[in-house]
Amino acid sequence: MAESTRTILICSGKGGVGKTTLTANLGIALANSGATTAVLDADFGLRNLDLLLGLENRIIYTAQDVLDENCRLEQALVRHKKEPNLALLPAGDPRMLDWMKPEDMKRISELLSEKFDYVLVDCPAGVEDGFKNALAACKEAIVVTNPELSAVRDADRVIGILNTSDIEPIQLVINRVRPNMMASQEMLSIEDVQGILSLPLLGIVLEDEQVIISTNRGEPLTLTESSSPAKNVI
Amino acid sequence: MTLRDLINKLLGRETASANTARERLQLVLAHDRVDMSSLTTDLLDKMRKEILDVVAKYVEIDFEEVAVSLETEDRMTALVANLPIKRTLSGEIKFKKNDQISKTDKDIKK
Repeated sequence: MAESTRTILICSGKGGVGKTTLTANLGIALANSGATTAVLDADFGLRNLDLLLGLENRIIYTAQDVLDENCRLEQALVRHKKEPNLALLPAGDPRMLDWMKPEDMKRISELLSEKFDYVLVDCPAGVEDGFKNALAACKEAIVVTNPELSAVRDADRVIGILNTSDIEPIQLVINRVRPNMMASQEMLSIEDVQGILSLPLLGIVLEDEQVIISTNRGEPLTLTESSSPAKNVI
Repeated sequence: MTLRDLINKLLGRETASANTARERLQLVLAHDRVDMSSLTTDLLDKMRKEILDVVAKYVEIDFEEVAVSLETEDRMTALVANLPIKRTLSGEIKFKKNDQISKTDKDIKK
């Protein structure tokens, strides 16, 4: 399985554009389609992937414990109850931030690749060490942005760095799109954003209040029965 | 958007904010994408040599007067090469004039 495993970095540069939400929902969707999927929270400082998946009370060990041989990988993985194909692995404790190096992340990713079809890495915001650590764990990348100046600008910087690495393909997701505002030309269009960043467009996700509601409940949209604009895209 | 906004827009009294956003973004990215620290003197020298090699295939250049530099104006960075031409290689002296090759920052980027 290791050879064919897809390790995908989900990054954005700017915070709050929807990396973690996309990681959680993509993870559920992939698991639901039958692929074994691991979501790795590489955001040590401010980790939230556990909350979005409703797994915050079940974390005992982290990837750091696995590398330190305090526990086995299986013990650190938090399996999702409703979606058994999905497992969460928090990278580490916020207090041990300095401990992690790119080689460590690479090692974790290799361990996960032995067991899963997909490894999705939720990258921290910024372009500093946390980003570089997460980058080392992946072969491909999805850049998430909003149709807003600051988000597109930061995405451009991230893409600049990704272009100097071996990561390929690099694809774009435009999140929190408001079609009405685009129609009245009060929001950068999909073509504007894609043209400026010049990446292949993987998908568009509409602004959707249901996302907030599902976050409150810790039940990703892709897990619920009801249909909603943002869910249908994923 | 209210009806008044729509009328204003149709009458061209106010440009849509998406246009403003696009223009501002293009300017700021043009600046961001040129990392001046990555263009070291060594790199600039190498680039200069290669440009001269190409141009020297077609015309004879006054090597004493050659100047290649980076200039930034209005948030756009340009590579400016000033290559005085002595003669064309057919042997015939035609003119001595400053030939400017200007590249936008986009061309410089990798």
